Amino acid sequence: MIWVADVVVMLKPVVNDPQGLTVRDALHRLGYADVSAVRVGKHIQVELEAVDDGAARASVQEMSERLLRNPVIEDVHIAGIAQRSVAA
Amino acid sequence: MKFGIAVFPGTWSERDCAHAAHLAGQDSVMLWHKERDLRGADCVILPGGFAYGDYLRCGAMARFSPLMESVIDFARRGGPVWGICNGFQILCEAQLLPGALVRNSSLEFRCEPAWLRVENPTSPFTSGCSQGEVLEIPVSHGEGRFVADPATLDSLERDRRVAFRYVRRDGSPVGDASPNGSARDIAGIVNERGNVLGMMPHPERACEPLLGSVDGMRLFECVAALLNGAGTFATAASR
Repeated sequence: MIWVADVVVMLKPVVNDPQGLTVRDALHRLGYADVSAVRVGKHIQVELEAVDDGAARASVQEMSERLLRNPVIEDVHIAGIAQRSVAA
Repeated sequence: MKFGIAVFPGTWSERDCAHAAHLAGQDSVMLWHKERDLRGADCVILPGGFAYGDYLRCGAMARFSPLMESVIDFARRGGPVWGICNGFQILCEAQLLPGALVRNSSLEFRCEPAWLRVENPTSPFTSGCSQGEVLEIPVSHGEGRFVADPATLDSLERDRRVAFRYVRRDGSPVGDASPNGSARDIAGIVNERGNVLGMMPHPERACEPLLGSVDGMRLFECVAALLNGAGTFATAASR
């Protein structure tokens, strides 16, 4: 079975994110005064073959730790994992 | 002695490093990222550039190249490895050095002269310098802000593993003039044994009067003098 995992990598809360601060300031300039914080991260989509949801998740978890994030500065989580829908 | 200079797809500073090595009277060989052979290099340089396009994170892909497996082994055996700019980022990703290098606090790519204070002249890479000496060596990077957790920063300071710190031209604290906003103004660090140096500034771009500074040559000469002295690098590194 083919699975598609959505992996989200974010800078750890303790790491200053100048990109996020710049986007926040731009939103303020556009009039969104109620925006208090913005952080910018990465969304990585991984397509893989696995026997079931658990195996897919375990595999993506391992890749996340080995390559997709740098544990010194980034947190990672799997936002979703689903079987690829059959092409129409 | 012979410098081995790593070449990844996207590396662009390898010829400048070879030129600086040549000016220091030393040989150099290029080390292609797909090879594992270090070709008899006495010191490996990981030069500046954008290895593998800096995809995912700076240095993240280069770390897993065949060449880096050999470089990591070489470093663990005490071989001198010198990461410059992108090379520093690769060394952090490979966990040969602690911390990480992230986007400059200004969000700008900064290419300009920088002044570095030598923080530990007993390190083998800086053994020809004197304590507190200020070197003019340019920076050229968008992601050079050194970060690490406070405990790691404290241990780097305590063990005198901060090799260089950004300062102003007169040696005073760099303050707002920091090119990247690095923690504690750190521009370069060494590993515990002292045989691995990572630095963001480019010494190979400060090797001829025409370039505005010859201070970078000091580092090439330090490494060459040590390695030509019959393998005293390891001795110097363990001091």
